[in-house]
Amino acid sequence: MSQDHDHLHLPEHPDFLWRNPEPKSSYDAVIVGGGGHGLATAYFLAKNHGMTNIAVLEKGWLAGGNMARNTTIIRSNYLWDESAAIYEHALKLWEVLPEELEYDFLFSQRGVMNLAHTLGDVRESMRRVGANKLNGVDAEWLEPDQVKELCPILNVSDNIRYPVMGATYQPRAGIAKHDHVAWAFARKCDELGVDIIQNCEVTGFLKDGNRVVGVKTNRGTINTEKVGLAAAGHSSVLAEMAGFRLPIQSHPLQALVSELHEPVHPTVVMSNHVHVYVSQAHKGELVMGAGVDSYNGYGQRGSFHVIEEQMAAAVELFPIFARAHVLRTWGGIVDTTMDASPIVGTTPVENMFVNCGWGTGGFKGTPAAGLTFAHTIATGAPHKLNEPFSLERFETGALIDEHGAAAVAH
Amino acid sequence: MLLISCPNCGPRDETEFHYGGQAHVAYPEDPNALNDREWAEYLFYRDNTKGAYAERWVHSTGCRQWFNMLRDTVSYEIQAVYPMGSQAPTTTAQAPEGASK
Repeated sequence: MSQDHDHLHLPEHPDFLWRNPEPKSSYDAVIVGGGGHGLATAYFLAKNHGMTNIAVLEKGWLAGGNMARNTTIIRSNYLWDESAAIYEHALKLWEVLPEELEYDFLFSQRGVMNLAHTLGDVRESMRRVGANKLNGVDAEWLEPDQVKELCPILNVSDNIRYPVMGATYQPRAGIAKHDHVAWAFARKCDELGVDIIQNCEVTGFLKDGNRVVGVKTNRGTINTEKVGLAAAGHSSVLAEMAGFRLPIQSHPLQALVSELHEPVHPTVVMSNHVHVYVSQAHKGELVMGAGVDSYNGYGQRGSFHVIEEQMAAAVELFPIFARAHVLRTWGGIVDTTMDASPIVGTTPVENMFVNCGWGTGGFKGTPAAGLTFAHTIATGAPHKLNEPFSLERFETGALIDEHGAAAVAH
Repeated sequence: MLLISCPNCGPRDETEFHYGGQAHVAYPEDPNALNDREWAEYLFYRDNTKGAYAERWVHSTGCRQWFNMLRDTVSYEIQAVYPMGSQAPTTTAQAPEGASK
């Protein structure tokens, strides 16, 4: 387990990494959404499929949505074969991407612990460890004393409301610097000839019958042969413009950071049951994620009681956090599905493709979302990794229920 | 934290309530007549409106009664509270006084 908390060796802020071109009148493909997934998709379209006459349209600034708001946790310890395959592929890509993109985004494989607090948790966690091992995902079960050894600041005594009864542990999991990930992809996209167009909001689609042929934006109309939607919380809004529905509900999801502290937290700790997940960023902030707000919301903020519950859980698990101060809190809009699994595939509109439904866990999936979505857009058919994650599964009933492993209640 | 005017109990904190999702989704009259697509629509597809949204809430730790609410999903402003079984108001009228019923 690496413990590269060294805040003295952060990279300098970079110079300009990409051009800011005017949109052309036509592209071979247009990706809507300039977050991590949109940029990764454009990168793999250019690199794996030779499609370089493409554009990424971003209504705000690059990677300013959920890519700027997540808690940067990367892991692949999902229960079902389909999920393990796509998330483990993502993890393998995370391991090689810094070199491939020639950009160190500080991927730190410091491990992720998922705590168990009830007998039900223990059984479910052990089952998941077994399933992970069968799928080639590194996973182990830790007893409370082993939990304490790996993360000494965790309170594993049995006199708290929900004692720690053990944990699953994935050593290869960890965190990365999310902004740097976006910049790494953006820089490579730009080098490969992709146009990244910020402040470009999609206002409608041009269709010829049931085939999409263009995109209307606040910066003019762009003709295109193919459209890929990668807009997370706003996927339903875009789908409605295009004339179809998605089985998505958008919810606020909140997170917060403390002020900077000396390194105290060597790994990543997540708890489904008391609902908090905590790591310490490279700079030293404690980064904590909450649960989703129950109501639908597009406001990029949630209710305070959600944060209060999350903090109560964090302080019980980590007594030394009691005197840490909150520096700031924020919210993103997550696109949740009924089975807590993403949708990557074709849509009822010809030549329009959708990557959405990653809900509360999209960051870790970024490289695999990009790889499989690019394949789907380029070839018109899904990659074997995203084939199970089709929109059609809600009709066939072949759902992939990952509520247990998704770590945040949907 | 939302301040929700329960039609029976008056204004209370959001933590006393549970969310019930989109309002006015009727159970299919003849479920056996539905094809897979239609059944999927009923089970898994709900509106995901950006703007005024009709939704159900239940006052779990109060009167335990369900009611409907029209709420803006961007500003989170509650525009109307109205009883189960009645139509969603079309205006953005003032929410009724909590204990007026």
